Amino acid sequence: MSLDFSFLTLKVINNIILTGLIFSFKLTLIAMVLGIILGTLLAMMRLSKFKLLSSFALGYVTIVRSIPLVMVILWVFLLIPLFIGRSLGTEYSAIITFTLFEAAFYAEIMRAGIQSVKRDQANAGYALGMNYFQCMRYIVLPQAFRNMLPVLLTQTIVLFQDTSLVYAIGAFDLLKGFSIISKNFNRPVEAYILATIVYFIICFSLSYLVKRIQNRVRIVR
Amino acid sequence: MIELKNVSKWYGNFQVLDNCSTRIKKGEVVVVCGPSGSSKSTLIKTINGLEPFQKGEIIVDNVNVHDPKTNLSKLRSRVGMVFQHFELFPHLSVQENLTLAQIKVLKRNKTEAINYGLKYLERVGLTNQKDKFPGQLSGGQQQRVAIARALSMDPIVMLFDEPTSSLDPEMVGEVLDVIVKLANEGMTMVCVTHEMGFAKKVSNRVIFMDEGKIVEDCTKDNFFNNQTSLSARAKEFLSKILR
Repeated sequence: MSLDFSFLTLKVINNIILTGLIFSFKLTLIAMVLGIILGTLLAMMRLSKFKLLSSFALGYVTIVRSIPLVMVILWVFLLIPLFIGRSLGTEYSAIITFTLFEAAFYAEIMRAGIQSVKRDQANAGYALGMNYFQCMRYIVLPQAFRNMLPVLLTQTIVLFQDTSLVYAIGAFDLLKGFSIISKNFNRPVEAYILATIVYFIICFSLSYLVKRIQNRVRIVR
Repeated sequence: MIELKNVSKWYGNFQVLDNCSTRIKKGEVVVVCGPSGSSKSTLIKTINGLEPFQKGEIIVDNVNVHDPKTNLSKLRSRVGMVFQHFELFPHLSVQENLTLAQIKVLKRNKTEAINYGLKYLERVGLTNQKDKFPGQLSGGQQQRVAIARALSMDPIVMLFDEPTSSLDPEMVGEVLDVIVKLANEGMTMVCVTHEMGFAKKVSNRVIFMDEGKIVEDCTKDNFFNNQTSLSARAKEFLSKILR
């Protein structure tokens, strides 16, 4: 068997691979930021003493974590047009899905993070006259976030890998780029070998970055 | 200034506070002592509402702590509290620890808050540490910063929850000195402590607790020098601790 990578020209990289890569990064970044914000809110609800809020958060997290992501991607893509009367397009649909889906995973991480901060830290804030939201915003969450940063970033690497599933609704991501190449040049083996290498390099560098960051943000105690 | 009336608290079926009543006047220094597990810390934490209680009343400076309508945050901003394990915020510098609540709760502007904070940091002798993080300070220094943090809020009373019991013996002195100085300046204080020497030196009154009850509530002289009048439990405690 002989491999032929001669299809890999600058034009192909620019027009196909980079276009897909940029969308994959965009999707990861937006879903990470919105997902962590939403996940933090869910975690706060989950730990709330108000039964209604904690049950809602528990229900949301449990349900979302029990459904395969690719089904959620399909369902959001198919259902939203039924409610708003028009399609949002694959990009927006994917962004919404990933944000809602990843929020459930970030929520569990942030819950562990909040619980990793000693109770008396919040009490010290309360004793100084701060209210619940001030204690959370200035005392508990910054520590929870730092304690959990490596795990949050690791989850983000998984999120980046999962973005390849938007293939199901035909969004133009990194994997889709390689799938186009495979068809255009009739070189499926070479195209998917390249895809694997690119995904590996990106995820490996990100993991390395996580390790570096982990050492830097550690709180001195 | 502080009044506790028949305060009772349960964890499930287990009663941790049993009909505790006492009054603390302005300028008084009250030491709360007793064996471990006698709910001393729980009692002191009910005063600023950090520990809820099921029965009884607590009134601090004419504010009802037990009333659900009370703005507890506002009350707490006027009641200083010092914790056993300091509870400085580890992700903030000493200066930020001192100013955070002043800015967010008392709405002081940043310069004003820094001036207040540094004033009290100087009083606990740590001005040169203002840019360090809590983890870079010794236990004694951390506790002094925690006292300065509480004082920066201009409290009407200070609550100390075993302020020296997690410190190395050689650091106890530096923290007690700060508290003694404060007592001598007329600050109203309630202090849970095992330091009987400190109690003898600065307190006006001693409250002795056992199994969630206030067993003794008497003047310092009565407690240390007139032991015949004390209950058997208190005598036993004193004989063990004063050797």
